[in-house]
Amino acid sequence: MSENEGALLEIRGLEVVFDGFRAIDGVDLTVGQGELRFLIGPNGAGKTTLIDVVTGLTRPAAGTVRFAGTELTGRREHRIVRLGIGRTFQTSVVFEELTVVENLDLAAGFRRPLPALLRQRRGVSGTVAEALDVIGLGDLADRPAGVLSHGQRQWLEIGMLIAQRPRLLLLDEPVAGMSGGERERTGELLTRIAADHTVVVVEHDMEFLRRYASQVTVLHEGKVLVEGDVAAVQADPRVQEVYLGRSREDVR
Amino acid sequence: MTAPGTALRSPALRARLRGYALFAAVALLLLVVAPLALPAFRLDELAKYLCFAIAALGIGLAWGQGGMLTLGQGVFFGLGGYAMAMYFKLHDADGDLPDFMVWSGVEKLPALWKPFESPVVAIAAVVAVPVAVAAVLGALVFRQRVRGAYFAILTQALAAAFVILLVGRQGLTGGTNGLTNFYDVFGRDPEAESTQRTMYFVTAAVLGVLYLAARQLVKSRFGRLLVAVRDGEDRVRFLGYNPATVKTVTFAISAGMAGLAGALFVPVVGIISPSLLGVVPSLELVVAVAVGGRYALAGAVLGAVVMNYAKTEFSEQWAGGWLYLQGALFILVMTLAPKGAVGLYEQVKDAVARRRTPERPVPAQSVQGEAA
Repeated sequence: MSENEGALLEIRGLEVVFDGFRAIDGVDLTVGQGELRFLIGPNGAGKTTLIDVVTGLTRPAAGTVRFAGTELTGRREHRIVRLGIGRTFQTSVVFEELTVVENLDLAAGFRRPLPALLRQRRGVSGTVAEALDVIGLGDLADRPAGVLSHGQRQWLEIGMLIAQRPRLLLLDEPVAGMSGGERERTGELLTRIAADHTVVVVEHDMEFLRRYASQVTVLHEGKVLVEGDVAAVQADPRVQEVYLGRSREDVR
Repeated sequence: MTAPGTALRSPALRARLRGYALFAAVALLLLVVAPLALPAFRLDELAKYLCFAIAALGIGLAWGQGGMLTLGQGVFFGLGGYAMAMYFKLHDADGDLPDFMVWSGVEKLPALWKPFESPVVAIAAVVAVPVAVAAVLGALVFRQRVRGAYFAILTQALAAAFVILLVGRQGLTGGTNGLTNFYDVFGRDPEAESTQRTMYFVTAAVLGVLYLAARQLVKSRFGRLLVAVRDGEDRVRFLGYNPATVKTVTFAISAGMAGLAGALFVPVVGIISPSLLGVVPSLELVVAVAVGGRYALAGAVLGAVVMNYAKTEFSEQWAGGWLYLQGALFILVMTLAPKGAVGLYEQVKDAVARRRTPERPVPAQSVQGEAA
């Protein structure tokens, strides 16, 4: 994929070094507007590091990260969020003392100036109600987030992202640790979100990948190994070797 | 879809009404019962506790809501107190040098003192100086992501340094003795009973107004954001907020409250000196807040009043014992009831409520399985 008009995120020549270890070693990645992209690879391939760089948590040693034409490297985390990039973490962090609605409202209000924050929340804004509807936690709206199950927390986090109306969502292993039923619901949620958002998903789960992915980028040892649609990637012998080597039949 | 919240509206409303009733009861107690029932001397003591309660309210905001363990509130208390006392000293001196400066051999009024000839400047400085100092400190420290124990140590060191500065510059600050012997407090005799009564009412009113304002802040979106920063500062950053700003604003507000408390303390007690605002008094305030319950503003206020009352009572009986009792109480609270007295009360209330309306699944089945 080369420079194209529809590109929302363009990463070029990215290198990240931790104490001499090359976590990312010359990655180029382009994510187009409206795309749903899966990022896979064995442990230590650099998937999460890549997201960390995009969101400002990790500074790269070299390379550029452009979002809708704006360079992201060197910007502070909250500034990057305000440009329209939202992310979740492997271990979901919701604010346990706040209710589900308060969590969503907090996320939705991130562009409010400080004086506006001094007012009390009255009712539920349209944005929050919509996010609540999408993630299906309406029944738990006024319960503290601390009582939510692991799966519900992940959905709340995704809901908090949606409430921010980001142009790009980065989800880091959204189905890790989830039960079968929860995975299915997350998949449906993902499909629904991907319909009108640009989404990058880091995922380990092959079954989930098969069901919900279309475009896949495989990372290996800090480099892009293969890029393409799900079928092509699964059929690629290099992928089978590095990533799925031990269980080739699992790929079918 | 149905609007969330409708189901909980009535209990929420009831809780709010209960809050108002409690506030009204405390206001009645402080503004009517106490002035009628207490002798002038005790009322003045109570006014002093209320001053500490104002500072404690600020700690409740910064520490309880915002997670910033500030061990140096004495600095801001002192800044407010000295600003007020400087005006009184200049007013008493009536164009001459304040008495302690004459004793220290100072010949010309220091430039730092000049603005405090004006009561307006002095009263403005009572809040503005602590707020400004805390804002600058907070902006530097929170931006660098200094937090937790490091922030606590830093503020404690600040309190220690402030005392050294005050003691060292005797000609400027009155040294160890501080500033005292005021003869005229806004045209009144500070020793007169009527003045003390007035000061009591002023202090109680300031506490009441600040309490309501702080409560409003806690319930506002900013307050929710503050709790979020306390519980997950990094996550807040990825929601597009700058936690450093939230913390700096809150820290500055708490400093302003401490400054106001210090300023009221001066006419109420008649002195401000380094021993009132160093490391130990700063810690005592934090201990009081912890004992009362740091997560509730009412807990902070309650803790400050009760602990300072206990300190007075206990010291009258057994001079050296208070420190031990206070230390023991602090350890007990931290290990057994980290939410303080208010937390204990809520625990008991929940337990009672649960016994009245037993949760359906667990106990009911085992006991009444046969009947069903």
